[in-house]
Amino acid sequence: MSQAVIVVDQRDNVATALRLLQQGEPIEVQVTGRPETVRALKGIPFGHKIALVDIEAEQPVIKYGEVIGLATEKIARGQHVHVHNVEGLKGRGDQA
Amino acid sequence: MKFLGYRRSNGRVGVRNHVLVFPTVICAAGVAEKISRAVPGTAYVGHQHGCGHLGEEREHMIRAMTGSCSNPNVAGVLLVGLGCEMLTAELLGEKLREAGQRVETITTQNMQGTADAIAKGTELARKLLEEARSAQREPVEACELMVAAKCGASDTLSGLTANPALGVACDILIKEGGSAIFTETPEMLGAEQVLASRAATDEVRRRIWEITSRTDSKIKALGLDVREAEPGPGNIEAGLTTLAEKSLGAIRKGGTTPVVEVVEYAQRPLTKGLVIMDGPAHDVVSVTGMVAAGAQVVVFTTGIGTPVGSPIAPVIKVSSNSSLYQRWKGNIDVNAGSILDGEENLESMGQRLFEEILEVASGKLTKAEILGHREFAIHTIAPTV
Repeated sequence: MSQAVIVVDQRDNVATALRLLQQGEPIEVQVTGRPETVRALKGIPFGHKIALVDIEAEQPVIKYGEVIGLATEKIARGQHVHVHNVEGLKGRGDQA
Repeated sequence: MKFLGYRRSNGRVGVRNHVLVFPTVICAAGVAEKISRAVPGTAYVGHQHGCGHLGEEREHMIRAMTGSCSNPNVAGVLLVGLGCEMLTAELLGEKLREAGQRVETITTQNMQGTADAIAKGTELARKLLEEARSAQREPVEACELMVAAKCGASDTLSGLTANPALGVACDILIKEGGSAIFTETPEMLGAEQVLASRAATDEVRRRIWEITSRTDSKIKALGLDVREAEPGPGNIEAGLTTLAEKSLGAIRKGGTTPVVEVVEYAQRPLTKGLVIMDGPAHDVVSVTGMVAAGAQVVVFTTGIGTPVGSPIAPVIKVSSNSSLYQRWKGNIDVNAGSILDGEENLESMGQRLFEEILEVASGKLTKAEILGHREFAIHTIAPTV
């Protein structure tokens, strides 16, 4: 595999690691359609997500061009994005 | 865009020209299988049902069986009944004739034993096969196609490569005026609001919430809460963070167009475009349901590998990663893992998949067809009595 990460949709603010990303490793990636370099702040395992931009607390985490959850705290660009800093949307739209 | 299909007398278009030998009840399955074996070129479609169905399941089974037998890929059907069953050859035969399908029936209890039934059935199957030969492929527009999108034996990459690439192919087909259908309601939970926001009408929106709530309630009735349990520890370890993320990876295979209709299991849609069928995630059961709903071609993505085919529709297998493709070349038609190898992107892969769909629709055999994979299983919704 030549790519380190995959971004599914231009609207995404996270990318998925296609191999273990080393701490500090520069990653060439398309951020909202533009080529940029993002550095992993810590090691990120295969299949896990890395933030492509700073995501403020309570702001949506976007993958597949859709909201997969909300940040529970500020997530910095390059940070591991997972259950420790993201919460699924609570409740159901039809029962709100 | 055009492909070469079989225009049926009822106006529908098939991509294969099958003659089925179909038992209306499992008790007639032995007779049906022996008839089919005596007439090479016919396809035997076995199942466990046809009797002892409670309540709504009777209509549900009639819909699934008549839908399977009237799929436009089917040129003719020999229904083989026993006689005393709930779903007789006479009953299903009448429904198929109403749908404009060529059908012959045989009822074993009216014959001089099974040897006689097999002999008479063999004659009828030969006659149907002879008739089917007169069908000719002709150029037809892609808008006549309904493609079933399915994912199974998925891995972390399925939602990133194969499913979104299939979604691109579905978008192209729908732009051409055709239809795509997907199901697996349990794998929509957590992403209902996304699907609902893409509903073409208020009624479709209401139906999306209805089928997802229904599935949720059924799981809760067993004392389980899917929203608490998903994503599971294994999913979380693999990198999936929320239920929405997991379900979004699954629904991606249907593409990005508005949802125009929600149908019940094996129910034929009335609207062209992206259709959701309420149904389980079980691979064979869901493929069977979508083919019964009228899909002529199935595209099936997989990350770990599954051989599942269909006796009625060609199944195109798409791998999510190149390592599976290397090991399973004999089973996989298209490798979406090449997106990760930098050889393709989602758009080019989606375009390639769409072209593959047209080629297969025009007669190119899929790996599952070459290997003779013809799995078939109908969803049950009530206890059997």
